Amino acid sequence: MEVLTPRTLDEALRLKAERPDAVPIQGGTDVMVELNFDRARPAALLNLNEVGELRGWSRENGSFLLGAGLTYSEAMETQLAEALPALAEASRTVGGPQIRNRGTVGGNLGTASPAGDALPPLLIGDAEIELASVRGERKVPLTEFLTGPKRNALADDELIVAARVRAAAGPQTFMKVGPRNAMVISVVSLALTVDRERDEVRAAFGSAGPVAGLVTTPLTELDGFAERIAAAARPIDDVRGSAAYRRRALSVLTARAVERCLQ
Amino acid sequence: MRIELTVNGERREADVWAGESLLYVLRERLGLPGSKNACEQGECGSCSVLLDGRLVCACLVLAAQADGHELVTVEGLGEDGGLHPVQEAFAETGAVQCGFCTPGFVVAAADLLARNPHPSEDQIREALSGNLCRCTGYAKIFDAVRLAAGS
Ligand SMILES: Cc1cc2nc3c(=O)[nH]c(=O)nc-3n(C[C@H](O)[C@H](O)[C@H](O)COP(=O)(O)OP(=O)(O)OC[C@H]3O[C@@H](n4cnc5c(N)ncnc54)[C@H](O)[C@@H]3O)c2cc1C
Ligand code: FES
Ligand code: FES
Repeated sequence: MEVLTPRTLDEALRLKAERPDAVPIQGGTDVMVELNFDRARPAALLNLNEVGELRGWSRENGSFLLGAGLTYSEAMETQLAEALPALAEASRTVGGPQIRNRGTVGGNLGTASPAGDALPPLLIGDAEIELASVRGERKVPLTEFLTGPKRNALADDELIVAARVRAAAGPQTFMKVGPRNAMVISVVSLALTVDRERDEVRAAFGSAGPVAGLVTTPLTELDGFAERIAAAARPIDDVRGSAAYRRRALSVLTARAVERCLQ
Repeated sequence: MRIELTVNGERREADVWAGESLLYVLRERLGLPGSKNACEQGECGSCSVLLDGRLVCACLVLAAQADGHELVTVEGLGEDGGLHPVQEAFAETGAVQCGFCTPGFVVAAADLLARNPHPSEDQIREALSGNLCRCTGYAKIFDAVRLAAGS
């Protein structure tokens, strides 16, 4: 096993092309658990911490470009929290401070867990994921990037560079059901926004199907939206909760979130 | 592979296996067993350290990621070999029972007070939410943080 530590994005992409078996590691909050418990023993790790291009965020017209290395703590800082409130609220629910200081949006996309808490807020922001390789760059809508539980559209030689998200055009909120804040995989989660520009409501759920899912409706057709969300979900029974509970919780959360955003 | 980092103000080098954690390096290679190893999955906070000034779990940092960076562990919190005010407060209030969780709580509390010298009750609870204690029931730990904040 070896660790490759590129200093630039170009170098990182070149290394990834040469070593498609190298597992990227950013905050390590998912990868290190696998290594510590001997559940994974990759031939190489690609340490992305020194790649400046992946850090921070920038503003472009009405969108925000979030670097793959953006931490949850950074997403909670005032400027981003004002533009993307649901992502900031979701970030607050991720682990304790130690995890939020290391865990990243790019890592959440890489893991692509159905329970990934950054995913519903990105979905309601119509996120596009920017991927790069030595072959070039491409943008994939998040709805297509997530292809299954812990599966995504990344090719072997590609890295996640950023997520492009629309700034909130109206109130947003994020809610999550789970046992203990600092260690919790959500039982079910929901991000919702009332978009005043498009006169529509967009809601996205987590932990209630093989991938986080997005449902939208015109503001004029809000009746029965909570039931529609619950119907769109494909939850399973597992140790954290039953499918029936998840459906029920999702419709309760949706009703609450709509109320919170419309008042 | 060899890594070089600053630990508690001192340049240190270590030969490490590529897949090992910073926690392992601290405890087994650098003779700094203050950071405790309990869960190795980021859930208990007993391995809390400051990496480039940010509170992190050493068990979730790949040793190679600390190469060239700056680290403060519980051993380096106090100045001139003395105790940090948070450590004094833990002793004073009896916030320690078995003591296994203490280094992690001390580092997390010191990080909180450095950023926010007068935290509210909620802010204290939030700042320590990544640390687990199986003995004290937390009440005296919160007392200690309040005492350190007041002093
Ligand atoms: C105690 C604890 C609590 C947690 N709580 C939550 C929670 O509440 N909600 C939640 O959603 N998650 C939670 N997590 C999981 C984890 O913190 C998140 O998934 C986090 O976003 C992962 O980010 P990272 O930078 O640490 O990822 P890493 O572990 O570095 O990487 C994760 C995956 O993404 C890949 N990857 C990373 N960056 C890139 C890139 N730029 N290009 C391509 N692939 C990349 C890696 O190869 C790996 O497959 C928790 C974890 C712990 C240990
Ligand atoms: S040992 Fe690192 S968090 Fe428990
Ligand atoms: S004093 Fe024993 S775990 Fe906290």
